[in-house]
Amino acid sequence: MIHLQFFARYREQLGCDTEQLPWHTSFRTMGDVRQHLLARGEAWQVLSEPRIMCARNQELCALDTAIVDGDELAFFPPVTGG
Amino acid sequence: MRIAVQHETFDPGEWLNRMQGDNQGTGAVVGFVGYVRDYNDGNSVAGMWLEHYPGMTEKALLSIAEQAAVRWPLLDVQLIHRVGQLEPGEPIVFVGVASAHRQAAFAATEFIMDYLKTRAPFWKRENTPQGERWVESRESDEQALERWSSQP
Repeated sequence: MIHLQFFARYREQLGCDTEQLPWHTSFRTMGDVRQHLLARGEAWQVLSEPRIMCARNQELCALDTAIVDGDELAFFPPVTGG
Repeated sequence: MRIAVQHETFDPGEWLNRMQGDNQGTGAVVGFVGYVRDYNDGNSVAGMWLEHYPGMTEKALLSIAEQAAVRWPLLDVQLIHRVGQLEPGEPIVFVGVASAHRQAAFAATEFIMDYLKTRAPFWKRENTPQGERWVESRESDEQALERWSSQP
């Protein structure tokens, strides 16, 4: 199982802040999970933004970062704190 | 070193004064305070909501402070960031850095703010007369990071 989290504008546009996603044997990287979500249809295309940020187990990572079953993965727009 | 992520407002002066008292050998304290502006990108702003990623936010701030402490000879770093509902004029963020000499304290404060703005998971949603809107990140914030990649 993957523990998915979405924040800020993505959370609002998807109408979803967390999701438990069953592990799929084809998952290798963050990018694979993103592709899996994009294939769900139009509502999920917000995740196709080139400036998307992501985190694996609460650390910033890249879309080619390797993942394993049980990870906490998050997708969010560029941060705007400070 | 102290990191705080909180809803409540705070008194920056109190945090600044505490730093000198807590650290023997302190010759310089630099403090930065970020405030909610009442105007942004052509609109008046009546207030804002700050969202964050609980758990990751604290780790990211600590990691940024620790990187600064590796890079410069610092005696203390204190970092506080608000979340939730904020009104114009209220403080959002405080970064305080104590060191023996000013150069390290100034540089580390800028380093911490540059990384905080581009790497710490916070998002601002402004309340304007046209409704609510998510604040867009600025290219200039990302460019500000580049100076730290070359400079020792």
